Amino acid sequence: MSKVKQDIQDALSCVENGHTVMVGGFGLVGAPLTLIDGLTKKDVKDLTIISNNLGESGKGLGIVLNQNKIKKAIGSYFTSNRDVGEKYQKGEIELQLLPQGTLAESMRAGGAGLGGYYTTTGVGTQLAEGKEEREINGVKYIFEPAIRGDIALIRAHKADILGNLVYYKTARNFNPVMATAARIVIAEVDEIVKPGELSPEEIVTPHLFVDYIVEAQQVLTKTGVTSK
Amino acid sequence: MSTNTSENRTINKNEIQHLIAKRTAKELSGPCTVNLGIGIPTLVAEYIHDESIYLHTENGLLGVTDVEEQDIDPNLVNAGKLPVGEAIGASYFNSADSFAMIRGGHIDVAILGVLQVDQTGVIANWAVPGKNIMGVGGAMDLLVGAKKVILAMTHTNKDGSSKIVKECTYPITSTRHVDTIITELAVFEVGNQTLRLVELMPGVTIEEVRAKTEAEFIEQLGVES
Repeated sequence: MSKVKQDIQDALSCVENGHTVMVGGFGLVGAPLTLIDGLTKKDVKDLTIISNNLGESGKGLGIVLNQNKIKKAIGSYFTSNRDVGEKYQKGEIELQLLPQGTLAESMRAGGAGLGGYYTTTGVGTQLAEGKEEREINGVKYIFEPAIRGDIALIRAHKADILGNLVYYKTARNFNPVMATAARIVIAEVDEIVKPGELSPEEIVTPHLFVDYIVEAQQVLTKTGVTSK
Repeated sequence: MSTNTSENRTINKNEIQHLIAKRTAKELSGPCTVNLGIGIPTLVAEYIHDESIYLHTENGLLGVTDVEEQDIDPNLVNAGKLPVGEAIGASYFNSADSFAMIRGGHIDVAILGVLQVDQTGVIANWAVPGKNIMGVGGAMDLLVGAKKVILAMTHTNKDGSSKIVKECTYPITSTRHVDTIITELAVFEVGNQTLRLVELMPGVTIEEVRAKTEAEFIEQLGVES
Protein backbone atom coordinates (compact mmCIF):
# COMPACT_ATOMS: atom_id res chain seq x y z
CA MET A 1 0.00 0.00 0.00
CA SER A 2 1.36 3.37 -0.99
CA LYS A 3 2.33 5.82 1.72
CA VAL A 4 1.51 8.72 -0.60
CA LYS A 5 -1.83 10.38 0.14
CA GLN A 6 -3.34 12.75 -2.42
CA ASP A 7 -6.05 14.00 -0.08
CA ILE A 8 -5.01 15.90 3.05
CA GLN A 9 -8.12 14.94 5.04
CA ASP A 10 -7.55 11.31 4.11
CA ALA A 11 -4.01 11.59 5.49
CA LEU A 12 -5.33 13.24 8.66
CA SER A 13 -8.11 10.67 9.19
CA CYS A 14 -5.96 9.03 11.92
CA VAL A 15 -6.12 12.19 14.09
CA GLU A 16 -8.76 11.77 16.79
CA ASN A 17 -10.16 13.83 19.66
CA GLY A 18 -7.77 13.93 22.61
CA HIS A 19 -4.74 12.86 20.61
CA THR A 20 -1.23 14.12 21.32
CA VAL A 21 0.05 15.62 18.09
CA MET A 22 3.65 16.66 17.48
CA VAL A 23 4.00 19.45 14.95
CA GLY A 24 7.39 20.35 13.48
CA GLY A 25 8.76 23.82 12.91
CA PHE A 26 10.60 26.69 14.51
CA GLY A 27 7.90 29.32 14.20
CA LEU A 28 6.61 28.91 10.65
CA VAL A 29 9.99 27.73 9.33
CA GLY A 30 9.81 23.98 8.82
CA ALA A 31 6.18 23.80 9.94
CA PRO A 32 3.92 21.43 7.94
CA LEU A 33 1.66 24.28 6.79
CA THR A 34 -0.57 22.16 4.55
CA LEU A 35 -1.25 19.57 7.26
CA ILE A 36 -1.87 22.37 9.79
CA ASP A 37 -4.32 23.92 7.32
CA GLY A 38 -5.92 20.47 7.15
CA LEU A 39 -6.31 20.47 10.96
CA THR A 40 -8.13 23.81 10.75
CA LYS A 41 -10.70 22.16 8.43
CA LYS A 42 -11.05 18.98 10.51
CA ASP A 43 -13.65 18.49 13.22
CA VAL A 44 -11.37 17.58 16.11
CA LYS A 45 -10.91 18.79 19.70
CA ASP A 46 -9.02 18.39 22.98
CA LEU A 47 -5.68 18.01 21.20
CA THR A 48 -2.39 18.14 23.06
CA ILE A 49 0.03 19.85 20.70
CA ILE A 50 3.78 19.40 21.10
CA SER A 51 5.56 22.09 19.14
CA ASN A 52 8.26 24.66 19.87
CA ASN A 53 5.73 27.48 19.38
CA LEU A 54 2.03 27.70 18.60
CA GLY A 55 2.65 29.45 15.29
CA GLU A 56 2.05 33.17 15.19
CA SER A 57 -1.17 35.07 15.83
CA GLY A 58 -3.63 33.88 13.16
CA LYS A 59 -0.96 31.88 11.32
CA GLY A 60 -0.06 28.19 11.29
CA LEU A 61 -0.99 26.54 14.61
CA GLY A 62 -2.25 29.97 15.73
CA ILE A 63 -5.40 29.29 13.67
CA VAL A 64 -5.95 25.86 15.29
CA LEU A 65 -5.51 27.56 18.68
CA ASN A 66 -8.12 30.19 17.88
CA GLN A 67 -10.55 27.42 16.87
CA ASN A 68 -10.31 26.08 20.45
CA LYS A 69 -9.12 22.68 19.30
CA ILE A 70 -6.08 22.67 21.58
CA LYS A 71 -6.50 21.58 25.22
CA LYS A 72 -2.84 21.59 26.10
CA ALA A 73 0.39 22.76 24.51
CA ILE A 74 3.91 21.58 25.27
CA GLY A 75 6.63 23.84 23.89
CA SER A 76 9.52 26.18 24.67
CA TYR A 77 8.52 29.58 23.33
CA PHE A 78 4.86 30.62 23.16
CA THR A 79 5.82 34.30 23.36
CA SER A 80 5.75 34.57 19.56
CA ASN A 81 1.94 34.27 19.54
CA ARG A 82 0.17 36.77 21.80
CA ASP A 83 -3.10 34.81 21.54
CA VAL A 84 -1.58 32.00 23.65
CA GLY A 85 -1.22 34.36 26.63
CA GLU A 86 -4.83 35.52 26.30
CA LYS A 87 -6.17 31.96 26.14
CA TYR A 88 -4.02 30.95 29.10
CA GLN A 89 -5.26 33.95 31.10
CA LYS A 90 -8.86 32.85 30.47
CA GLY A 91 -8.03 29.29 31.53
CA GLU A 92 -8.81 27.95 28.05
CA ILE A 93 -5.48 26.22 27.52
CA GLU A 94 -3.00 24.32 29.66
CA LEU A 95 0.67 25.05 28.95
CA GLN A 96 3.78 23.05 29.72
CA LEU A 97 6.95 25.03 29.18
CA LEU A 98 10.22 23.17 28.63
CA PRO A 99 13.67 24.52 27.79
CA GLN A 100 14.15 24.12 24.04
CA GLY A 101 16.90 21.53 24.40
CA THR A 102 14.81 19.56 26.88
CA LEU A 103 11.85 19.61 24.52
CA ALA A 104 14.01 18.19 21.72
CA GLU A 105 15.83 15.65 23.89
CA SER A 106 12.63 14.38 25.53
CA MET A 107 11.30 13.51 22.09
CA ARG A 108 14.63 12.01 21.06
CA ALA A 109 14.48 9.82 24.19
CA GLY A 110 10.87 8.90 23.43
CA GLY A 111 11.80 7.88 19.90
CA ALA A 112 14.81 5.91 21.11
CA GLY A 113 12.83 3.79 23.56
CA LEU A 114 14.10 5.46 26.74
CA GLY A 115 11.93 6.30 29.73
CA GLY A 116 13.68 9.59 30.35
CA TYR A 117 17.05 11.10 31.17
CA TYR A 118 18.88 13.41 33.56
CA THR A 119 19.87 16.91 32.43
CA THR A 120 21.62 19.90 33.98
CA THR A 121 19.38 22.30 32.08
CA GLY A 122 16.95 24.06 34.39
CA VAL A 123 18.54 22.92 37.69
CA GLY A 124 17.82 25.47 40.42
CA THR A 125 15.19 27.34 38.39
CA GLN A 126 11.40 27.56 38.50
CA LEU A 127 11.19 25.01 35.69
CA ALA A 128 12.82 22.40 37.95
CA GLU A 129 10.08 22.63 40.57
CA GLY A 130 8.57 19.23 41.31
CA LYS A 131 11.20 17.40 39.27
CA GLU A 132 13.46 14.72 40.76
CA GLU A 133 16.97 16.01 41.41
CA ARG A 134 19.97 13.70 41.45
CA GLU A 135 23.69 14.24 41.87
CA ILE A 136 25.94 12.32 39.46
CA ASN A 137 29.72 12.67 39.83
CA GLY A 138 29.23 15.81 41.88
CA VAL A 139 26.95 17.54 39.36
CA LYS A 140 23.25 18.22 39.94
CA TYR A 141 20.79 16.98 37.34
CA ILE A 142 17.01 16.88 37.06
CA PHE A 143 15.01 14.03 35.63
CA GLU A 144 13.02 14.64 32.46
CA PRO A 145 10.61 11.98 31.24
CA ALA A 146 10.59 11.00 27.58
CA ILE A 147 7.81 12.35 25.38
CA ARG A 148 5.91 10.42 22.71
CA GLY A 149 2.97 11.36 20.54
CA ASP A 150 0.06 9.65 18.86
CA ILE A 151 0.70 11.55 15.65
CA ALA A 152 3.61 13.58 14.27
CA LEU A 153 3.00 16.10 11.50
CA ILE A 154 6.37 16.94 10.04
CA ARG A 155 7.86 18.92 7.15
CA ALA A 156 10.68 17.70 4.95
CA HIS A 157 12.02 18.79 1.58
CA LYS A 158 11.85 15.61 -0.47
CA ALA A 159 10.53 12.11 0.08
CA ASP A 160 10.84 9.03 -2.04
CA ILE A 161 7.70 6.90 -2.17
CA LEU A 162 9.16 4.57 0.46
CA GLY A 163 9.18 7.47 2.91
CA ASN A 164 12.89 8.28 3.07
CA LEU A 165 13.25 12.00 3.83
CA VAL A 166 15.73 14.78 3.20
CA TYR A 167 15.38 18.26 4.66
CA TYR A 168 16.04 21.85 3.60
CA LYS A 169 18.28 24.28 5.49
CA THR A 170 16.91 25.45 8.88
CA ALA A 171 13.47 24.01 8.04
CA ARG A 172 14.87 20.77 9.47
CA ASN A 173 14.79 21.77 13.18
CA PHE A 174 12.47 19.50 15.25
CA ASN A 175 11.16 17.46 12.32
CA PRO A 176 13.62 14.52 12.26
CA VAL A 177 13.32 13.93 16.00
CA MET A 178 9.51 14.09 15.89
CA ALA A 179 9.59 11.53 13.09
CA THR A 180 11.00 9.03 15.58
CA ALA A 181 8.67 9.72 18.49
CA ALA A 182 5.08 9.23 17.35
CA ARG A 183 2.93 6.21 16.58
CA ILE A 184 1.87 7.60 13.20
CA VAL A 185 4.09 9.99 11.23
CA ILE A 186 2.80 12.10 8.35
CA ALA A 187 5.42 13.93 6.30
CA GLU A 188 4.63 16.93 4.13
CA VAL A 189 7.20 17.51 1.38
CA ASP A 190 7.91 19.75 -1.60
CA GLU A 191 8.60 16.86 -3.93
CA ILE A 192 7.99 13.10 -4.05
CA VAL A 193 10.50 11.08 -6.04
CA LYS A 194 11.13 7.46 -6.99
CA PRO A 195 13.22 5.19 -4.75
CA GLY A 196 16.86 5.49 -5.71
CA GLU A 197 16.66 9.18 -6.57
CA LEU A 198 17.75 10.20 -3.09
CA SER A 199 21.32 9.34 -2.22
CA PRO A 200 21.43 6.89 0.72
CA GLU A 201 24.12 9.16 2.18
CA GLU A 202 21.86 12.22 2.24
CA ILE A 203 18.76 10.59 3.75
CA VAL A 204 18.22 11.98 7.26
CA THR A 205 15.01 10.15 8.16
CA PRO A 206 14.95 6.51 6.98
CA HIS A 207 11.58 5.31 5.67
CA LEU A 208 10.74 3.03 8.60
CA PHE A 209 9.82 6.14 10.61
CA VAL A 210 7.33 7.49 8.06
CA ASP A 211 3.74 6.27 7.59
CA TYR A 212 2.21 8.76 5.15
CA ILE A 213 3.50 11.35 2.70
CA VAL A 214 1.64 14.34 1.31
CA GLU A 215 2.75 17.04 -1.11
CA ALA A 216 2.87 20.60 0.24
CA GLN A 217 0.18 22.95 -1.03
CA GLN A 218 0.87 25.75 1.43
CA VAL A 219 4.44 26.98 1.53
CA LEU A 220 6.46 29.65 3.28
CA THR A 221 7.76 32.35 0.93
CA LYS A 222 9.38 35.74 1.43
CA THR A 223 5.91 37.27 1.58
CA GLY A 224 4.52 34.74 4.09
CA VAL A 225 2.36 31.64 3.79
CA THR A 226 1.09 31.19 0.23
CA SER A 227 -0.69 28.50 -1.77
CA LYS A 228 1.53 26.63 -4.19
CA MET B 1 16.36 55.90 25.15
CA SER B 2 19.43 58.07 25.38
CA THR B 3 22.19 58.58 27.85
CA ASN B 4 24.56 61.36 28.73
CA THR B 5 28.18 60.44 28.87
CA SER B 6 30.53 62.53 30.95
CA GLU B 7 31.37 64.43 27.78
CA ASN B 8 27.72 65.48 27.67
CA ARG B 9 27.38 63.79 24.33
CA THR B 10 23.97 62.24 23.93
CA ILE B 11 23.92 58.97 22.03
CA ASN B 12 20.80 57.16 20.95
CA LYS B 13 19.65 53.61 21.62
CA ASN B 14 20.95 52.28 18.33
CA GLU B 15 24.41 53.76 18.90
CA ILE B 16 24.50 52.33 22.44
CA GLN B 17 23.64 48.86 21.14
CA HIS B 18 26.34 49.02 18.49
CA LEU B 19 28.89 50.36 20.98
CA ILE B 20 28.23 47.31 23.20
CA ALA B 21 28.24 44.89 20.26
CA LYS B 22 31.53 46.24 18.88
CA ARG B 23 33.26 45.97 22.27
CA THR B 24 31.86 42.47 22.79
CA ALA B 25 33.28 41.28 19.46
CA LYS B 26 36.78 42.15 20.75
CA GLU B 27 36.39 39.38 23.35
CA LEU B 28 36.37 36.73 20.63
CA SER B 29 39.39 35.17 19.04
CA GLY B 30 39.27 32.25 16.68
CA PRO B 31 39.20 29.42 16.19
CA CYS B 32 36.03 29.10 18.25
CA THR B 33 32.31 28.44 17.99
CA VAL B 34 29.98 31.13 19.26
CA ASN B 35 26.23 31.25 19.85
CA LEU B 36 24.64 34.70 19.69
CA GLY B 37 21.42 35.42 21.56
CA ILE B 38 18.61 37.69 20.45
CA GLY B 39 18.93 41.50 20.54
CA ILE B 40 22.29 43.20 21.09
CA PRO B 41 24.16 39.84 20.86
CA THR B 42 22.92 39.42 17.28
CA LEU B 43 24.59 42.72 16.36
CA VAL B 44 27.97 41.34 17.49
CA ALA B 45 28.12 39.40 14.19
CA GLU B 46 28.61 42.69 12.32
CA TYR B 47 31.92 43.22 14.12
CA ILE B 48 33.37 39.73 13.71
CA HIS B 49 35.92 39.65 10.89
CA ASP B 50 37.86 36.53 11.87
CA GLU B 51 36.93 33.69 9.52
CA SER B 52 37.80 31.10 12.15
CA ILE B 53 34.97 32.26 14.40
CA TYR B 54 32.05 29.98 13.59
CA LEU B 55 28.56 31.10 14.54
CA HIS B 56 26.08 28.52 15.81
CA THR B 57 22.35 29.06 15.92
CA GLU B 58 20.30 26.66 18.01
CA ASN B 59 17.62 26.15 15.36
CA GLY B 60 20.14 24.02 13.52
CA LEU B 61 23.02 25.73 11.70
CA LEU B 62 26.75 25.98 12.38
CA GLY B 63 28.21 28.56 10.00
CA VAL B 64 25.83 31.50 10.15
CA THR B 65 26.70 34.50 8.00
CA ASP B 66 24.89 37.62 6.85
CA VAL B 67 22.72 37.64 3.74
CA GLU B 68 22.06 40.17 0.99
CA GLU B 69 18.44 41.23 0.52
CA GLN B 70 18.14 39.48 -2.88
CA ASP B 71 19.48 36.20 -1.46
CA ILE B 72 17.06 35.92 1.47
CA ASP B 73 15.62 32.42 1.83
CA PRO B 74 12.52 32.19 4.08
CA ASN B 75 13.67 28.74 5.23
CA LEU B 76 17.08 29.96 6.38
CA VAL B 77 16.82 31.91 9.62
CA ASN B 78 18.58 32.34 12.97
CA ALA B 79 17.10 31.77 16.43
CA GLY B 80 15.59 35.26 16.31
CA LYS B 81 13.80 34.16 13.09
CA LEU B 82 15.80 36.74 11.13
CA PRO B 83 17.08 35.79 7.66
CA VAL B 84 20.72 34.71 7.59
CA GLY B 85 23.20 33.21 5.12
CA GLU B 86 25.17 30.00 4.97
CA ALA B 87 28.94 30.38 5.40
CA ILE B 88 31.45 28.20 3.54
CA GLY B 89 31.85 25.03 5.60
CA ALA B 90 28.40 25.36 7.17
CA SER B 91 26.33 22.39 8.32
CA TYR B 92 22.69 21.80 9.24
CA PHE B 93 21.43 19.52 12.00
CA ASN B 94 18.24 18.82 13.93
CA SER B 95 17.22 20.50 17.21
CA ALA B 96 18.20 17.54 19.41
CA ASP B 97 21.71 17.47 17.92
CA SER B 98 21.94 21.25 18.17
CA PHE B 99 21.20 21.20 21.89
CA ALA B 100 23.49 18.22 22.39
CA MET B 101 26.23 20.52 21.05
CA ILE B 102 25.19 23.18 23.57
CA ARG B 103 24.66 21.04 26.67
CA GLY B 104 27.57 18.79 25.78
CA GLY B 105 30.06 21.64 26.12
CA HIS B 106 30.93 21.93 22.43
CA ILE B 107 30.05 25.62 22.12
CA ASP B 108 32.94 27.82 23.26
CA VAL B 109 31.12 31.08 23.87
CA ALA B 110 27.50 32.15 24.33
CA ILE B 111 26.74 35.87 24.10
CA LEU B 112 23.46 36.70 25.77
CA GLY B 113 21.24 39.58 26.76
CA VAL B 114 19.67 39.71 30.23
CA LEU B 115 16.97 41.35 32.30
CA GLN B 116 19.18 41.24 35.41
CA VAL B 117 22.58 39.97 36.49
CA ASP B 118 23.48 39.75 40.17
CA GLN B 119 26.80 40.51 41.83
CA THR B 120 27.85 36.87 41.70
CA GLY B 121 27.15 36.62 37.97
CA VAL B 122 23.84 34.74 38.16
CA ILE B 123 21.39 35.97 35.51
CA ALA B 124 17.67 36.31 34.94
CA ASN B 125 16.61 36.58 31.30
CA TRP B 126 13.48 34.56 30.65
CA ALA B 127 10.59 35.65 32.85
CA VAL B 128 9.17 38.71 34.57
CA PRO B 129 7.32 38.34 37.90
CA GLY B 130 3.60 39.00 37.73
CA LYS B 131 3.38 38.21 34.04
CA ASN B 132 2.47 34.88 32.48
CA ILE B 133 5.58 32.87 31.73
CA MET B 134 5.26 32.18 28.04
CA GLY B 135 8.72 31.32 26.80
CA VAL B 136 12.17 30.13 27.76
CA GLY B 137 13.67 29.04 24.43
CA GLY B 138 17.29 27.94 24.59
CA ALA B 139 18.49 30.27 27.35
CA MET B 140 18.72 27.65 30.11
CA ASP B 141 20.55 25.20 27.87
CA LEU B 142 23.13 27.79 26.82
CA LEU B 143 23.80 28.76 30.44
CA VAL B 144 24.57 25.21 31.54
CA GLY B 145 26.47 24.23 28.43
CA ALA B 146 28.56 27.03 26.94
CA LYS B 147 32.19 27.06 28.08
CA LYS B 148 32.13 30.84 28.44
CA VAL B 149 29.15 33.17 28.80
CA ILE B 150 29.45 36.86 27.94
CA LEU B 151 26.62 39.29 28.59
CA ALA B 152 26.13 42.07 26.05
CA MET B 153 23.62 44.35 27.74
CA THR B 154 22.58 47.90 28.49
CA HIS B 155 23.72 48.95 31.94
CA THR B 156 20.34 50.27 33.07
CA ASN B 157 16.63 49.87 32.39
CA LYS B 158 14.56 52.54 30.65
CA ASP B 159 13.73 54.05 34.06
CA GLY B 160 17.43 54.36 34.86
CA SER B 161 17.50 51.53 37.41
CA SER B 162 20.52 49.23 37.37
CA LYS B 163 20.36 45.88 35.60
CA ILE B 164 23.47 44.82 37.53
CA VAL B 165 21.89 44.13 40.89
CA LYS B 166 22.75 42.80 44.34
CA GLU B 167 20.30 39.92 43.94
CA CYS B 168 18.02 38.96 41.04
CA THR B 169 14.37 39.72 41.74
CA TYR B 170 13.33 38.03 38.50
CA PRO B 171 13.35 34.21 38.15
CA ILE B 172 16.91 33.03 37.50
CA THR B 173 17.86 31.24 34.27
CA SER B 174 20.52 29.00 35.83
CA THR B 175 22.65 28.73 38.93
CA ARG B 176 25.71 29.17 36.68
CA HIS B 177 27.79 32.34 37.03
CA VAL B 178 28.58 34.18 33.80
CA ASP B 179 32.15 35.14 32.89
CA THR B 180 32.07 38.66 31.46
CA ILE B 181 29.63 41.58 31.45
CA ILE B 182 29.84 44.27 28.77
CA THR B 183 27.68 47.39 28.87
CA GLU B 184 27.83 50.84 27.29
CA LEU B 185 29.59 52.04 30.44
CA ALA B 186 32.01 49.33 31.46
CA VAL B 187 33.40 45.83 31.26
CA PHE B 188 33.26 43.53 34.30
CA GLU B 189 34.95 40.18 34.71
CA VAL B 190 33.36 37.65 37.05
CA GLY B 191 35.50 35.31 39.13
CA ASN B 192 34.94 33.62 42.48
CA GLN B 193 31.40 34.98 42.36
CA THR B 194 32.72 38.54 42.49
CA LEU B 195 32.41 41.31 39.92
CA ARG B 196 35.62 43.08 38.97
CA LEU B 197 35.41 46.33 37.01
CA VAL B 198 38.24 45.99 34.51
CA GLU B 199 37.50 48.62 31.89
CA LEU B 200 35.59 51.87 31.41
CA MET B 201 34.11 52.60 28.00
CA PRO B 202 35.51 55.75 26.33
CA GLY B 203 34.42 58.95 28.07
CA VAL B 204 32.86 57.15 31.04
CA THR B 205 33.96 57.96 34.59
CA ILE B 206 34.15 55.56 37.49
CA GLU B 207 31.73 57.81 39.39
CA GLU B 208 29.11 57.26 36.69
CA VAL B 209 29.58 53.48 36.86
CA ARG B 210 29.30 53.56 40.65
CA ALA B 211 26.14 55.68 40.45
CA LYS B 212 24.45 53.38 37.94
CA THR B 213 25.48 50.00 39.40
CA GLU B 214 23.49 48.52 42.29
CA ALA B 215 25.77 45.51 42.68
CA GLU B 216 28.96 45.51 44.73
CA PHE B 217 32.10 45.30 42.62
CA ILE B 218 35.87 45.52 42.96
CA GLU B 219 37.75 48.13 40.93
CA GLN B 220 40.64 46.62 38.99
CA LEU B 221 41.08 49.20 36.25
CA GLY B 222 44.36 48.98 34.42
CA VAL B 223 45.18 45.65 36.02
CA GLU B 224 45.78 42.81 33.59
CA SER B 225 43.22 40.17 34.36
